[in-house]
Amino acid sequence: MTAEGIPDETVSVRMEEIRKAAEDGGYILNPDPDFVRSLVAGICVNEQRYGYAACPCRLASGNREEDLDIICPCDYRDPDLNDFGACYCALYVSAGVAAGTVQAPCVPERRPARQQRKKARESSATIAGKVSMPVWRCRVCGYLCARENPPLVCPICKASQDRFVRFM
Amino acid sequence: MRMEHVKGRRRGEIILYALSTCGWCAKTRKLLDDLGVEYSYTYVDRLPPIEMEDAIREVEKYNPSGSFPTLVIDGSRAIVGFREAEIREALK
Repeated sequence: MTAEGIPDETVSVRMEEIRKAAEDGGYILNPDPDFVRSLVAGICVNEQRYGYAACPCRLASGNREEDLDIICPCDYRDPDLNDFGACYCALYVSAGVAAGTVQAPCVPERRPARQQRKKARESSATIAGKVSMPVWRCRVCGYLCARENPPLVCPICKASQDRFVRFM
Repeated sequence: MRMEHVKGRRRGEIILYALSTCGWCAKTRKLLDDLGVEYSYTYVDRLPPIEMEDAIREVEKYNPSGSFPTLVIDGSRAIVGFREAEIREALK
């Protein structure tokens, strides 16, 4: 059992789901199984606490809409993998880090600070270009599609519909 | 604010703002324990709302991004993230 009463079995099942999704998408999990387990336990705690898989290394607000960017896998995973070889938590790592040839770095926080996020939400300006149909962008993997509404689930990375933003 | 105190060698006023779910926060606590220094810590995600807000503001004073772990030393400097070498150096 974890500190918040999550059964070990629940963590194991969630860990396998996350591992499978990562492998299917070409992502690599941290080679340290105990570290991965502790992060997945954190995700399970957050799912129980907030109702969504908020990043275990960030403080969630409890409001899904405010935290869409930090639902694991977060919006920042791919840029952090490119720039640092690991996501903010180091749950996901680059091939170099996984092989142990590169040390997992301390990844700086890329998520804007609270005040900046608030401002961004208030001004949430999307550029509506002249297109015959809206174009939606998955904030997790960057998948684009032109249709009336975003898909219920991203066909590429399986992120939920609310992770899409209007792109054009 | 609710703080847990860990006894050890005194190396100044050391306060760790952490999240109970975070792997790097756990590594930072383990490092402080291994160094055997006296420190206080709080798991901000487990605080009731008003105390949580106070803790977030306190963290933001030293670390504008408001991220965790934030280790505040003597109320004057902060080490953000699990920067092992830097923490070891600061608490020598």
